[in-house]
Amino acid sequence: MLTLVGVVIVVIGFVLRINPLLVVTVAGLATGIASGLGPLAVIAAFGKAFITSRYVAIVWLVLPVIGMLEHAGLRERARSLVAGLRGATTARILLAYFAIRQITAALGLTSLGGHAQMVRPLIAPMAEGAAENRYGDLPVKTRYRIRAHSAAVDNIALFFGEDIFIAIGSILLTKGFLDQNGIHVEPTQLAVWAIPTAVCALVIHCTRLVLLDRSLRAELNRKNESA
Amino acid sequence: MITLEHIYWLMGLLMGGVSLVNFRDRTNPRWLNNTAFWGIYAVTFLIGSYLPDIVNGFLVIGMVGVASVRGLGQSKTESADRGEREASASRWGNKLFIPALAIPLLTVLGTFAFKKVTLNGAQLVDVKQVTVISLAIATLIALAIGMAMLRPPPLTPIREARRLLDAVGWAAVLPQMLAALGALFAIAGVGAVVSGLARRWIPLDSPVVVVVTYAVGMAVFTMIMGNAFAAFPVMTAGIGLPLIVQRFGGDPTIMAAIGMLSGFCGTLMTPMAANFNIVPTALLELPDENAVIKVQIPTAVLLLAVNILLMNFLVYRH
Repeated sequence: MLTLVGVVIVVIGFVLRINPLLVVTVAGLATGIASGLGPLAVIAAFGKAFITSRYVAIVWLVLPVIGMLEHAGLRERARSLVAGLRGATTARILLAYFAIRQITAALGLTSLGGHAQMVRPLIAPMAEGAAENRYGDLPVKTRYRIRAHSAAVDNIALFFGEDIFIAIGSILLTKGFLDQNGIHVEPTQLAVWAIPTAVCALVIHCTRLVLLDRSLRAELNRKNESA
Repeated sequence: MITLEHIYWLMGLLMGGVSLVNFRDRTNPRWLNNTAFWGIYAVTFLIGSYLPDIVNGFLVIGMVGVASVRGLGQSKTESADRGEREASASRWGNKLFIPALAIPLLTVLGTFAFKKVTLNGAQLVDVKQVTVISLAIATLIALAIGMAMLRPPPLTPIREARRLLDAVGWAAVLPQMLAALGALFAIAGVGAVVSGLARRWIPLDSPVVVVVTYAVGMAVFTMIMGNAFAAFPVMTAGIGLPLIVQRFGGDPTIMAAIGMLSGFCGTLMTPMAANFNIVPTALLELPDENAVIKVQIPTAVLLLAVNILLMNFLVYRH
């Protein structure tokens, strides 16, 4: 049971909103000590795990390009591009991105997206711009809401698209694990059984996006009338 | 052959550059903290592979100390005001999208092409890491295109990278830190303890209860670990295979496929999946770091219910 001390520390830390870097480090060190390692051995194990996980951070390499393009007005351009599209709404922009992201992920093209590369510089400004065109200047809370929805679309479309592609990490991991347990399955079969959930994800989230458009319309019309 | 190590050198240069820009900009009241934080991070990329584990461990603790004692700050200098950006946007028009869209397109192209390309019979890049290496090469090409097109002052990319990275702050390192925590959890055997608890406290004597426990367990354990890949072997070995497959005769393929997707529902609901849920709130400058999770929870809960129903109907079909 002592092994779970790290989990407890993480939960408490996130609830109390202590700096997550500190929480995670303390949780890691505590877990190591609870499993019987000495203090120095725990620090070494943590250092080793941190170094072997460096690939997680490689996405930040896009920042110099994205930053330079933002400096040159990329986000402003993304907004005005949407202004030229009649009939564009926040939900329609996000629906289109959801469909493209899910289909391309299902074809194995999972890198056609991402928060640093696509959502911040292009998708979020477009989704905000579409609402601005219809309702004028947006309250800051509405802006935040649209941005959070933009990020959510990227995640959900990716998660429930990529598992249809046979050579994706999760399918290979599943196959490898079942192989080890003496059960041999074809990756294509695993991929086929991901399709029902993928369709439901599309239906559920797209319904929510349509509702988002309605709630934006109600909220912003009210604001404009009272102003 | 191009390997991950070369990409880490690039990351080291980026983080080192960000650290230096912070060192020279005293408008940030915490300039020393920012310089040290990104500077140490640069060291872990440049020479981390050659340092003893214990030294790397203390470097990480140093970063955490710098980030949590008084914390990181942001520069007060504006890079370009809105008017300047609007003017530049209408000057360049849709050409601005070319370097931005080049990144994903070239990454995809690279993942296919590099698997085929050989030089004197040897692979040009490490095929096991082809996606991240392609991403890195694609950003270099996009940077070259952007520089040639816009002709900004030479230091603009690194200054702008610093502006964005300081806006994200410590959250930029959190996903990597959580991956390290996951490794420590695995060493300590956290997974076995959790599935042991589930088997002890939940009456697993009907096919339906077992399916619900497995799917919900995948989601909850993914929320704890921040990663469905870590939850899958534990839950499947602890509950899925012995109960759904062996005891009640369920189909292992359907169970595994839908079980993994139940885990993904958990990923949508946890701050532990920081790269998906916390990093975007920093990138999009949202004051509430749980804003993305809150938007995702309704879809995640509904989809988990859908997964449970699907698994119930499909897994015991024959």
